[in-house]
Amino acid sequence: MKRATKKKFVQVLGFMALRVCLYLVLAVLLLFLYDIGSKGGRAVSWEFLTQAPRRGMTEGGIFPAIMGTLLVTLVTALMAVPLGMGAAIYLNEYAQQTRLTRLIRLSIRNLAGVPSIVYGLFGVVLFVNIMRFGTSILSAGLTLGLMTLPWTITASEEALKTVPSSYREGALALGATKWQAIRTNVLPYAVPGMLTGTVLGLARAAGETAPILFTGAAFYLPFLPKSLSDQFMALPYHLYIMSTQHHAIQQVRPLAYGTALVLIAFVLGMNMTAVIIRYRLRRKNR
Amino acid sequence: MSAPELKVKIETRRLSFFYGAKQALRAVDLVCYANHVTAIIGPSGCGKSTLIRTINRMNDVIPGTRLEGTILIDGQDIHAPEVDVVELRRRVGMVFQKPNPFPKTIFDNIAYGLRLNGLRDKRRLEGIVERSLRGAALWDEVKDRLEDNAFSLSGGQQQRLCIARALAVEPEIILFDEPCSAIDPIATAKIEDLIHELKKRYTVVIVTHNMQQAARVSDYTAFMMLGELIEFDRTEQIFTAPANKLTEDYVTGRFG
Repeated sequence: MKRATKKKFVQVLGFMALRVCLYLVLAVLLLFLYDIGSKGGRAVSWEFLTQAPRRGMTEGGIFPAIMGTLLVTLVTALMAVPLGMGAAIYLNEYAQQTRLTRLIRLSIRNLAGVPSIVYGLFGVVLFVNIMRFGTSILSAGLTLGLMTLPWTITASEEALKTVPSSYREGALALGATKWQAIRTNVLPYAVPGMLTGTVLGLARAAGETAPILFTGAAFYLPFLPKSLSDQFMALPYHLYIMSTQHHAIQQVRPLAYGTALVLIAFVLGMNMTAVIIRYRLRRKNR
Repeated sequence: MSAPELKVKIETRRLSFFYGAKQALRAVDLVCYANHVTAIIGPSGCGKSTLIRTINRMNDVIPGTRLEGTILIDGQDIHAPEVDVVELRRRVGMVFQKPNPFPKTIFDNIAYGLRLNGLRDKRRLEGIVERSLRGAALWDEVKDRLEDNAFSLSGGQQQRLCIARALAVEPEIILFDEPCSAIDPIATAKIEDLIHELKKRYTVVIVTHNMQQAARVSDYTAFMMLGELIEFDRTEQIFTAPANKLTEDYVTGRFG
């Protein structure tokens, strides 16, 4: 009897400890969102969202930065999504599982952990200098694309692994070619997971500063980029400037908070998109 | 006793199979007659599943495997360079151990193999879907819910769906790899009845670990052990007067 009480007590204690962990994490997150939401909310207005900065960025809005981030994320997606999914399909479905493919897979996992500033410098060398794209949306987008690729590949491969091999075998046994089996009986069930992982990776890329710092982001541009070879303003870089590099930091603090709020909303919006895509496709397939 | 016209449909000659260094089949010589049911029995790991999977070359998919010897279907070596493995698998259907319906509607499951071959005409698809479901004795149960997801069917229905799916592409041979091992006894009886029906039009090979099932459904039985074909004969012979001591021990339940 005594032993049972003790066991129960330990169990209650354990659950409580776990619950406290969760509440602590939640509290930090909520506090963070409240701080940025309340302070940034005051700065965000229609004008803030649709106008360019004025008077040495002490007034006006962040429209060029919003557009810049949108465009560069688009370039990132155009590079990372097809390449990443293609590589994942090859690795998981076609490549033989040899020591070499294991090494490749390990390298990809490790690339996901490389600091973003390293990608930035690599982008300068490869895209800006060697390939002569200059500091531009294209260079920055491709650099972010490189950074996102390991995430896209890994997430896509995991998604492919969740499709039971009996779907592949069943299709082959009915006279499907390997590609037919993959296209009609594997990809439809893997794509929701692939997209979710990919969009999460893209959202992370959209919030990065270091990789675009040297490859295309501009300190201040009063106009929008006209082509892929133009420089651009970006939300994370703008935020960095407003909070550490500006000559009148105290004065522009509300604008910095506003920028932070917009950036968070942007990233959150992308993550929500991923959730919705997955939900829709899951329902269609079930 | 022997039937007047026995046509050899499948024949393996000195068939050996290796998973890496491990040998799973040892020089198996097996004959399966057209429009008859051949059962392959034997203890777990004896190579019976490996054997049946070589007939539609499903083992090709597994890396690190090697095959020696020949398999003939209608006298044609199925590993000959001019044989298209995709076409071979269309001719040799397979029903797996666990029912593996695809997460599509019942209709789309049956139509899957037809669409692979480019059939798009809705009317023709409907005709073949109905005929295949009737052929698998499932039509009456599902005719009003063809647009339901195949996962909504019971396990036994799912397995008959997989049989119908195999029938739809008009194979000549149907391979059953322990088709009832994940199914309750009543559903099993239905599938056994179905196998009886199927042999009128198809050549059937069935792997089973259930000896009563082999005795009930098959005309010929092959007994395997440790990758070797120990004995092959008419089913009643195998179960009443086997020539080999090992076979006798197995069918009388002394081991296995």
